[in-house]
Amino acid sequence: MNLLDPQGPVAAGNSTILVDSVFIMLVIVVPTIFAILGFAFWFRASNPRARYRPGFVYSGRIEMVVWAIPALTVILLGGVAWIGSHQLDPAAPVPGTGSPVRIQAVSLDWKWLFIYPDQRIATVNTLTVPAGAELKFQLTSSSVMNTFFIPQLGSMIYTMNGMVTKLNLRADNEGKLQGLSAHFSGDGFPDMMFDVNVVSPLAFPEWVATAAKTDAVLNENSYRKLMQQGIEKDRPVYRLEDPRLFELIATQHIPPGPGPERISDAGRPHSGGHDAR
Amino acid sequence: MPAVRTVEATMLGKLDWSAIPLDQPIPLIAGAVVLVAILGVLTWVVVKGHLSYLWNEWITSVDHKRIGVMYVLLASVMLLRGGSDAIMMRIQQAVAYQSQGYLPPEHYNQIFSAHGTIMIFFVAMPFVIGLMNLIVPLQLGVRDVAFPTLNSVGFWLTASGALLVNISLVVGEFARTGWLAFPPLSELSYSPGVGVDYYAWSLQISGIGTLVAGINLVTTVLKLRTKGMNYLRMPMFCWTTLASNLLIVAAFPILTATLAMLLLDRYLGFHFFTNEAGGNVMMFMNLIWAWGHPEVYILVLPAFGIFSEVVSTFSGKALFGYRSMVLATMAICVISFMVWLHHFFTMGAGPNVNAIFGIASMIIAVPTGVKIYNWLFTMYGGRIRFATPMLWAVGFMVTFIIGGLTGVLLAVPPADFILHNSMFLVAHFHNVIIGGVLFGAFAGFEYWFPKAFGFRLNERWGRAAFWFTFLGFFITFMPLYIVGMLGMTRRMQHYDVAAWRPWMIVAAVGVAVLTIGVICQIVQLVVSIRNREALRDRTGDPWDGRSLEWATSSPPPVFNFAFNPDVRGEDAYWHMKARAKQQSPERDGPEYQDIEMPRNSPTGFVCAFFATIMGFALIWHIWWMVIVGGLGAWATFVVFAWRDHDEYVIPAEEVAVIDRVNLEQRRGLISMAEVG
Amino acid sequence: MSITATAGHAHTDPHQIGVLIEHPGPAPKRIVTAYGFWIFLLSDIVMFSCFFAAHAVLAGQTAGGPRGSEIFEPSYVAIETVCLLLSSFTCGMASIAADVRNRLWFHVSMAITCALGLVFLVLEFREFADLIARGYGPSRSAFLTSFFSLVGCHGLHVSAGLLWLLTMMAQVFAKGFRADILRRMTCFALFWHALDIVWVAVFSVVYLLGSAP
Repeated sequence: MNLLDPQGPVAAGNSTILVDSVFIMLVIVVPTIFAILGFAFWFRASNPRARYRPGFVYSGRIEMVVWAIPALTVILLGGVAWIGSHQLDPAAPVPGTGSPVRIQAVSLDWKWLFIYPDQRIATVNTLTVPAGAELKFQLTSSSVMNTFFIPQLGSMIYTMNGMVTKLNLRADNEGKLQGLSAHFSGDGFPDMMFDVNVVSPLAFPEWVATAAKTDAVLNENSYRKLMQQGIEKDRPVYRLEDPRLFELIATQHIPPGPGPERISDAGRPHSGGHDAR
Repeated sequence: MPAVRTVEATMLGKLDWSAIPLDQPIPLIAGAVVLVAILGVLTWVVVKGHLSYLWNEWITSVDHKRIGVMYVLLASVMLLRGGSDAIMMRIQQAVAYQSQGYLPPEHYNQIFSAHGTIMIFFVAMPFVIGLMNLIVPLQLGVRDVAFPTLNSVGFWLTASGALLVNISLVVGEFARTGWLAFPPLSELSYSPGVGVDYYAWSLQISGIGTLVAGINLVTTVLKLRTKGMNYLRMPMFCWTTLASNLLIVAAFPILTATLAMLLLDRYLGFHFFTNEAGGNVMMFMNLIWAWGHPEVYILVLPAFGIFSEVVSTFSGKALFGYRSMVLATMAICVISFMVWLHHFFTMGAGPNVNAIFGIASMIIAVPTGVKIYNWLFTMYGGRIRFATPMLWAVGFMVTFIIGGLTGVLLAVPPADFILHNSMFLVAHFHNVIIGGVLFGAFAGFEYWFPKAFGFRLNERWGRAAFWFTFLGFFITFMPLYIVGMLGMTRRMQHYDVAAWRPWMIVAAVGVAVLTIGVICQIVQLVVSIRNREALRDRTGDPWDGRSLEWATSSPPPVFNFAFNPDVRGEDAYWHMKARAKQQSPERDGPEYQDIEMPRNSPTGFVCAFFATIMGFALIWHIWWMVIVGGLGAWATFVVFAWRDHDEYVIPAEEVAVIDRVNLEQRRGLISMAEVG
Repeated sequence: MSITATAGHAHTDPHQIGVLIEHPGPAPKRIVTAYGFWIFLLSDIVMFSCFFAAHAVLAGQTAGGPRGSEIFEPSYVAIETVCLLLSSFTCGMASIAADVRNRLWFHVSMAITCALGLVFLVLEFREFADLIARGYGPSRSAFLTSFFSLVGCHGLHVSAGLLWLLTMMAQVFAKGFRADILRRMTCFALFWHALDIVWVAVFSVVYLLGSAP
């Protein structure tokens, strides 16, 4: 999950900007740290060779330099930020080979549901994608906020109930990656990690065909069961009955997830999540 | 049977025996220990007959110095509580690799929420407010703050909030939502317990206290300055106090309003931030950070002020580029209100919005950088004495620059897209809050301790404390930067990624080193108290200081100054010393006058007592008790408003007796300086 | 020690530019109190502005419930506004009465202020009760949530103001025009006028803009 080992163009862009910015700043930060330690050491009271200059309390030239150095750095970095924000905007297209894959991600308590509306399948906690193709994500949440994040593919984005956020990514190399939720969402939060299988563009249709043979069906009823609080250790695969399921969730036609069962009104520390697990 | 239950529900609301976590040994034992400690101290106080002293001299005191000391004491006690939370979290993350560790999620989640809440609201805030309270009136050369009784109310309300947070340890639970309680997780449907209510009510109560302190200090700085103390002659700490308290006045009402909205959602079924009926979660994000970002500057600006004082005093030089520093301070004050959106770049706002807020956030780094350079040039050509406060200051400069670097990095939106909410972020804000605020608080503590208590702190233990804390900080938080780069997100109760494990163990070792630092600090205090006669500061000016707080005795008399000092330039006391030396024996036998001082008042304590009752009752839905608390608080103020004498007079003879001692010592100091 | 070394610099203030007006010293108590209260009022207005902001965000979120134009009754609100504006005038009269130490006129003006404030509160309460009875309570939609909170927050301030007003009257009755009581009276007048200003904003933003079909 190393951020400096990007597996796609977005992550590569993110980490390049990260590294560049650090170096731009190090150029002034390192000399400043040395100056602090150097001045502090040289002007120690016990050093007879250091000249005591109590009247040196103002210098127009130094003031100008002192304001200019951070200002220039910020101007430079501001340019980086401006260009970077536009190029790496999560909603900006990321052209790839082959046809783009649409994926609708829903954060549930506490698992990820990935709907492939065009392939009419859905998976939980595993995301299988073809290498090289543009991945067009639409994201929402069944209940509380979460953040969808695959560190090695780059940019994360919030998921919120009743709202749809957009994110475009691309995976360049086949292999296994990991994704997670980067916004705390309750007791099962650390178990919201998911696998990302990047397969070859040829293997992807095969995987879709295999997956579509499953008996499990995802419709409104099974979705309502799935959105109950709990952790999913298996990696179930569903056939998607209604390709508009995501819209039903995002527009709150299916009401938000219920949260913990309310056993009593008492403020018991774990009347909720723990028992539901 | 139903009838009985109704009576119980009326009398006790949601409260019943299941609220006591009998199955959870850690909070129960911790609570028991704290309770025994409190009872022990109380018993000792009563048995030794100190109760009336405690009541008359401290609890009801409206003296800004006493209140400042109590603020710092509160902060120190809560630092131990928040620190224990930190230790538990670091141990959990060190052991919870492919296992549940020793803390179940519902407990771990409470701990990190409590840790953040306590460290910001009940450690950092009271620490800096305490130091400002203690020192600012002295530096301005006046006898008290603008509203002494209100000052006491503010302190006790803060203490009331802290008490409620600690009660949640044993009665019910604390929030499990993180320190900002983001909805919808903090809404009733996803957090049905009382945790979020404890969180919100304790912050509402202490928030009022903070607002009162803010109004008080702004008015003090703007309206109560001694003769000749023009704005551009004020010590830097007064300027940063002004900036910080202006921020309090402008920002804390936002917190109050936001938490009020959350509470309305939870208590009365409103729809501000709910998923249903058109509520808007993003509005909470905007509102809470519109308070939250200024908040970090509320904390760090006073620390900047402390470092300005410390660096200039121990370098034996006036502050370099004083006007530039004033400008930088006020620039930070203003810009800090225009950058809140950088806390949620990843919410899907457009590229223009992200870029503008990113650049605005970077712009704050300019005045901050200027400050660093001005401290640097203050040291240049100085004659630096490395007493403990100066060690903290140099340690701060080095640490804070690194925190600043990572901060600017996080302000670059594309970098934030992969670092947001990660352990890298956790490392960053600890880097600036520990390296900035806490180091500043410790520097101020060491620097002004002799002023407050009349004796210095042991230097050897102070140095040990510094080095352990400094190294402990780096050992703890550098690994967190690294795991952040390895994709680890914050608030994970357990994890399965092997690459993170070793770094979490290093961080746990680091927190052990930090703990040694804190222990050294405690030992330093104990050792110094035992050797206080040897460490006694008779001159009132132990560091060869420059500003007016050193012009009076240590500890200062209740009226601070027998005469309001006449200020003729920056570094007022430095010039006084120089003048005194040139035109030796000043007017002997000055004509002392009667001094009127505000009378003590239990208003603050009683009011906070009722506020605590009210808060507790609101949390547990005990409505009759809410009414009792509200009426009690109102009655307290009416009683206060009804009193006929709000001042007492210290006769001129008594002033003379007190002040002559001080003058003698001071002459001794000046003549010693001549010989030296 | 280092003092000797700096003797030469004792009187040179390196940042001193031009002639400068010396700060005269601490301000009198009357000024300090009113100044502090002004700052409190500013912070209170910041709090109100949060509720205004929330209203601006949520005003369109009716969730199938009524819109503003369907539930507001302009005549009702007009009477409320007149009451509050008049009460501000009578509060001003009370301040003048306090300044000239006229107890009778002070009590009369304060009593009228109180009565007008009460009328305002009763009208507001009836509006709320009526809406809730029709099923348009604050839980109905985010729009109603923000409406009830903003108007209710102002109403709570008025209630607190009335409590303060009565306490002030009792104090003047019992203690007369003492210096500290006069200072409190100044603060109360500031508070009451500020509530008026906030109401003008509520009236324009919530009712006038909200009544647009």
